[in-house]
Formats: sequence, C-alpha cells, structure tokens
Amino acid sequence: MKFRDTYIGKIFNGTRSLLTGLGVTLKEFFTKKVTEQYPENRKTLKISDRHRAMLYMPLDENGNNKCIACGLCQSACPNGTITVKTKTVTDEETGKSKKVLLEYTYDLGCCMFCQLCVNACPKDAIAFNNHFENAVFDRSKLVLKLNK
Amino acid sequence: MFDFTTITTAIDQFLRSMMPAQFAIIVECILVAACALLAYVMFAIVMIFMERKVCAAFQCRLGPMRVGPWGLLQVFADVFKMLIKEIISINRSDSFLYRLAPYLVVMSSVLTFCCLPFAKGLQVLDFNMGVFFLMATSSFGVLGILLAGWSSNNKFSMIGAMRSGAQMISYELSIGLCMLTVVTLSGTMQISELVEQQHDAWFIFKGHLPAMLAFVIYLIAGNAETNRAPFDLPEAESELTAGFHTEYSGMHFGFFYVAEFMNLFIVAAIASTLFLGGWMPLHISGFDTFNMVMDYIPGIVWFLGKTFFIIWVLMWFRWTFPRLRIDQVPTLEWKYLVPIGLVNLLIMTVCVVMGWTF
Repeated sequence: MKFRDTYIGKIFNGTRSLLTGLGVTLKEFFTKKVTEQYPENRKTLKISDRHRAMLYMPLDENGNNKCIACGLCQSACPNGTITVKTKTVTDEETGKSKKVLLEYTYDLGCCMFCQLCVNACPKDAIAFNNHFENAVFDRSKLVLKLNK
Repeated sequence: MFDFTTITTAIDQFLRSMMPAQFAIIVECILVAACALLAYVMFAIVMIFMERKVCAAFQCRLGPMRVGPWGLLQVFADVFKMLIKEIISINRSDSFLYRLAPYLVVMSSVLTFCCLPFAKGLQVLDFNMGVFFLMATSSFGVLGILLAGWSSNNKFSMIGAMRSGAQMISYELSIGLCMLTVVTLSGTMQISELVEQQHDAWFIFKGHLPAMLAFVIYLIAGNAETNRAPFDLPEAESELTAGFHTEYSGMHFGFFYVAEFMNLFIVAAIASTLFLGGWMPLHISGFDTFNMVMDYIPGIVWFLGKTFFIIWVLMWFRWTFPRLRIDQVPTLEWKYLVPIGLVNLLIMTVCVVMGWTF
C-alpha cells in the first residue's frame, strides 16, 4: 500500500490538491477582468476581426465594386437573403454582351451569418464587417442595397 | 487604547440623572438593541455587496457596476425589492411554525452577533461563560432551519432541512473542539478576557502549531456551519431548488438570506477574536515603539480588518471548491476533522502543561 493511499497520506494529498485549487482561483482573482462595459466603452471597444455582423461590399475610391454578377452568392445562401439583379450590356469595342450588376440586395433580417456567400464569391467582392449595432425600428430598414 | 466604556458610562450617568434607575435600564436596553440591529443590517448589506464583488473577481468579472458608482446602490435596490414583495402563505403548511422559523434563525444570529467584541469596551454581552454562550446561541439557528423545512410541507425543503441538521450538528463538534483548544490555552471563557490576554501576541502565535491547526479546522467547520459552498448541501440549487427556504418569499426569505450572511460574518469575527486577537493590535513583545505605532490604529479597524480578511478567505473557499456529496460531508467531519481536533486538543493541553507556549 502506497503512502498516499493511507489515512495520513490522504490527508496530505487532499490538502495539497485543495491548495492547488486555491492557487488557481487566487491567480484568477488578480488577473485583468474580461467584462466589457458596452455602452460606455464604445470608443475603445474592439470586436474580433473574424466577427460576422453585417455583409458589405468593399468599394474602391470611385465607388466601383468587384462584383461580376455571377449569382453564386445568391444560390449559395440557404435563407434567400441575397438577391442579385443584373442587366446585360453590350461592350462597344468587342461587341460581346456581358452581364453587369444592377442592384445587390441583402436582407439583414434573414441572414444567419453562415458566411457561405463570402466563401462562394470567386472575386472576394463581398465580406463581413463588424458593425454590430443593427437594431432598427422597422423591419424594412434591414433590407440593404450593397452596391452604389 | 481608547476605551468605549467611557462613552457608555457617560450615557448611563446622563440617563440616570434624568430618570429613575429602572427606566434608565429600559432605555439603555432599547438603545443597545437599536444599535445592534442597525449594525447587524449594515454589516449584512456590506457583506452582500462584498460577496458579489469578490465572487465576480474570482470569476474574472466586474460584478454589479450599473446601480450607483461601482454598483454601490445595487444591494439597497435588492433590499428594497425584497421589502415590497408579498409574503405568501403556503396552503397546508404548518402556518405557526412556518412563520416562526425565520425569526428563530435571525434571533440566533443576532444573539451571537451581540457577543462580538468590536473594540475595547464595545461589546453588548460579556460575562464569564462567553464562549459557551456563543456556542449555544449560534447552534440553535439550526432549529429554525429544521422547522422551516418541516413546516413548508415540501419534500425538497424537508430534505434540505434534514441535511442541514445532520451537517450543522456534526460540524458544531469541530467548532467546539477548536474553541476548547483556545480556551485551554487561555484558561478563560470570557471574551473580553480572551482578547485582553492577546496583548503581547495573538493566540495563533502563542499556541503555534496546535493553534494554527485549530484555526484551519475552525475555518473548515465554520464554513460548513454557515451552509455555504462547498458545504451548501442544505440549499443545493441543482438538487433541491433552494432547500429549506424554497417556500419562503418576501422578507421571510430575506431573514434567511441576511442570517446566512451574518453567520458568515460571525464565524469570521469569532475566528479573528479567538485566533487573531480580535480588536487587539499586532503587538510583538520587546518592540515597544512598533507596539506604540500599532496602538494608534483604532481597535475597531483592527477587528473589522481581520474579520473581513477571514470573510474574504471563506469566500475564496466558496468560489474555489465544488460541492461535497452528502456522504462525503459526514466522512470529512467524523473521520478527519474530529479525530484531528481531538489529537490537537491533546497536543495543546500537553503544550500548556509543559509550558511550551509563548
């Protein structure tokens, strides 16, 4: 029989294990607290870069987007959140007809933030940002037009 | 050190000069009762706030921050909420005992509270059987808990009360043995005399090894006595909803809640009185200037400082250890704490007889 299984050994072993637990919580007592005091700390609030709050379309300085109106995002969306309206224009130089984006509608109220649309996009034309303060008083305000 | 008896004697003489002696005594009793109850409630409020903040810190949170600066008014809001709630009377409960139970619990803890020496001369009950009286009053609170469980006519309450009875009665033994260890060392049961004897060194230093062991056992048993985690079986939320006070609402529940917190304060205060010198400043015999400097800090600051430190340690226990199983509770007491306590008492007696104390 080992010492730690005896009556006296159990006392010492138990005390040691209790002290280990106390040490862990004491360390926790003095660590910086993780609570975010939200409305007060809006200026300094840091949301994780990977957070998915709202779909947006990155635009360059001229207001152009990278969307090629392929509709892959629309078919990838499980909730039918995205509607891509297109029109066909004929290129004057080559004479070939080409689909261009007319209106990119995104219904935030239906979105479940699965990121399948972003993954489906071949041109990285859409992405999620972390503007998470999305509360509005009317559901129709949640339907957004993403392109200019 | 400032002696509070100068103030109390002055008030006494002032009252006696105004009215006959019997009336003066009645007025003094009312004054003392009012002050004691006020202090009792104020300490309860401070403790509830402290509990929430300490618990939050151990869980890496901030705790209440919204009501008032740093959430200081949160407890007052809670108390106000509790006061305006309805006291529901339970159908088919034993209504007399049901209503009596919370008062018994509070009465026991107020009586114990009155034995505490807050500063030199600032003590309500002080006589030659102090420690004995203190044990008697603190242990009849379990009667209120048993009655609450019985009269609620609810099986969860009943199980909670039975667990509480089994636990508190058995852990009383360890507390008694630890107190007896100190009484053996000091040779007195009067609380003011106990504190006075620690003027050269606190008992935990005077009694060295056995006193420290008794202190640790006292903290464990005291934690069980107050029904707090890891010994919160009587009100284990996940098993018994709320245990013996499941059926109580409004201020009746408030009494149980306040009494539970004040029992924690009382356990800590007794630990600081018996082992850490109560209101006695830290004195080291030989270092006269050091002792002089320490004397400038008022006794009540010493007392509350030590008490709140022990409360913090007990909260540290609470938020660290998981709850014991019902079979582990008596095992810890009867197989470990009582034998160690008895041996410890024997060691202390030998030390005192041989003069091996400081």
